[in-house]
Amino acid sequence: MNESSDNLLRRRSRESWFSRFQILGLVVLTLLAIILKVYLPRIIPSTSWLELPLLLTVYFGLVYPNQIAALLFGAFVGLCEDSLAPANLHPIGMFGITKTLVGYFAASVSMRFNVENAFIRLVLCFFFYLFHALMYWLMRRALLDQMVPFDPQEILIYGALNSAVALPLFLLLDKMKVSGSRSAIL
Amino acid sequence: METILTRYRNLTVLLIVVVAQLVFLAYQVKANKDDRLIRVWAVSAVTPMAGGVDSVRHNTLGFLQDYFILLDVRDQNRRLKAENDKLRMENIYLRNEMANSADAHALMVFQEKTPSKTVAARVVGNSTVATAKAVFIDRGSTSGIEKGMAVVTPEGVVGKVIAVYPLVSQVLLITDPTFKIGVESQKHHVHGILNCGVGHCIVEQVQDEDKLDVGEWFFTSGEDRLFPRGFPVGTVISSQPGAPGQGMRDVKLALSGQPGGAEAVLVVLEGVHQEIPSGPVMADVHVAPLPLPPGQKDGNSSSVEQVQTEADKIVGKYEALGKEENHVYGEVGSSVPNFNPPKTTPAPAAAPVPQSSAPQAAAPVPVTPAAQAPPPAPLPLGSPRRKTTTTATTTEAPAPPGRQP
Repeated sequence: MNESSDNLLRRRSRESWFSRFQILGLVVLTLLAIILKVYLPRIIPSTSWLELPLLLTVYFGLVYPNQIAALLFGAFVGLCEDSLAPANLHPIGMFGITKTLVGYFAASVSMRFNVENAFIRLVLCFFFYLFHALMYWLMRRALLDQMVPFDPQEILIYGALNSAVALPLFLLLDKMKVSGSRSAIL
Repeated sequence: METILTRYRNLTVLLIVVVAQLVFLAYQVKANKDDRLIRVWAVSAVTPMAGGVDSVRHNTLGFLQDYFILLDVRDQNRRLKAENDKLRMENIYLRNEMANSADAHALMVFQEKTPSKTVAARVVGNSTVATAKAVFIDRGSTSGIEKGMAVVTPEGVVGKVIAVYPLVSQVLLITDPTFKIGVESQKHHVHGILNCGVGHCIVEQVQDEDKLDVGEWFFTSGEDRLFPRGFPVGTVISSQPGAPGQGMRDVKLALSGQPGGAEAVLVVLEGVHQEIPSGPVMADVHVAPLPLPPGQKDGNSSSVEQVQTEADKIVGKYEALGKEENHVYGEVGSSVPNFNPPKTTPAPAAAPVPQSSAPQAAAPVPVTPAAQAPPPAPLPLGSPRRKTTTTATTTEAPAPPGRQP
């Protein structure tokens, strides 16, 4: 084994650790986002529109262009959210399915387009918020036969607000990713 | 087949994951059975953190408030530092306790009064579903809570327990679209079903012939076998005949409590039905605001004109001139007033000031005997104002105590 192959193996090992570190960090962030979704409206009631778990699912899909990883991540986030919802109104799987689809489609988009651009991210977040809200509403009506009101104006406003939050959040996550990679390599 | 699966591997995994969740969903809906284990894990993992965050928030806010309050006290009592430190620490502790237990105290008083057996709980989190109005409370099966128990506050009803975990429970609020309770009015004993899931609260199943007054209280009727009879619910804000042919009255209700904003609640472990009180309800008691400080006028008082600028002074001056010369501005045929009347010398301090010649821009003079009246002085901007009527030179008496705004 020569020196170059040694370097290659060492780098691969570091990369593996780096990716594990990132995934672990993302899982922690996701749990934090879910806790915030449960708890933040208690402190600031006007933040009930904030969909941090959804934004993280979209971010994961955009940053890791791996459809299987993204859909599994989306399913994990959605099922965690389902578990904290009222059992009689919201069986487990409602958010799971919607976020699985969001993760898959986000990864699909990132495989075909350059999603580093802030404007594209803004548009994608807005689109995925609408998609998520519509899917969820459809599923509640079709699968659970629940007459849930659908207010397009409210959905559009919330979508815009979530997109606005997504931009700085994604930048922050990008920075964390870069600093994480540096610390892992060092 | 294998080639297809390999080629469309991602899509296949997506289908498998979605179909698996759909099957699980269908199983839950069909069997009306919930996977309790997953929920117990998730709730047990999340709610302690939420409770911790809530405690930190309470203590931090209380500490910050106390810090600012106590800054002055420390400056004033520098010489008694040793004693003050001790008092301050005690004060911080007690104030924190007060801040945390302000609601708890109200609940305690209510708990002693109500014959039902209750347990106090704190709201620690919301539901993840925005449309579902549900919250988590920090009491679970270990505190004797069971599914279906009523949740109330001294102000009114809150909801019912829909899921119980060892340390926490989930409460469905009465504002949820799927939740309805039986109610009865205080005066006319009209029965109905409260529904708050339509954006506002309405009482359904009230016949057109039934009589209801605006402001009349509604209480729980106990007919839903959930809430004991006699808990306050809210007051009627409108009662109108419904659509023709339906025979039902359109009754809107304002809830007396704030189900979504409640920080501390009571879970009714053993409900005892009570009589609906015939007298005023606790929330009916109106506390009159304190009277205004002397020299300040009520904003509703229309007889007082506020002089804000120099232009106001000039307007006042010309109005006084017009009155003096019996001239009505804008009236056809009215004589032209003399805007340059001969200057009158200021009245001596001992002499009473003639109202007709008093400059309108004079400062308000306190209500004192005329002999002590100070000479008129220019009015500074933003100072207390005077009337432009004949009582211009007297200060308004303070509003009587207990006056309603």
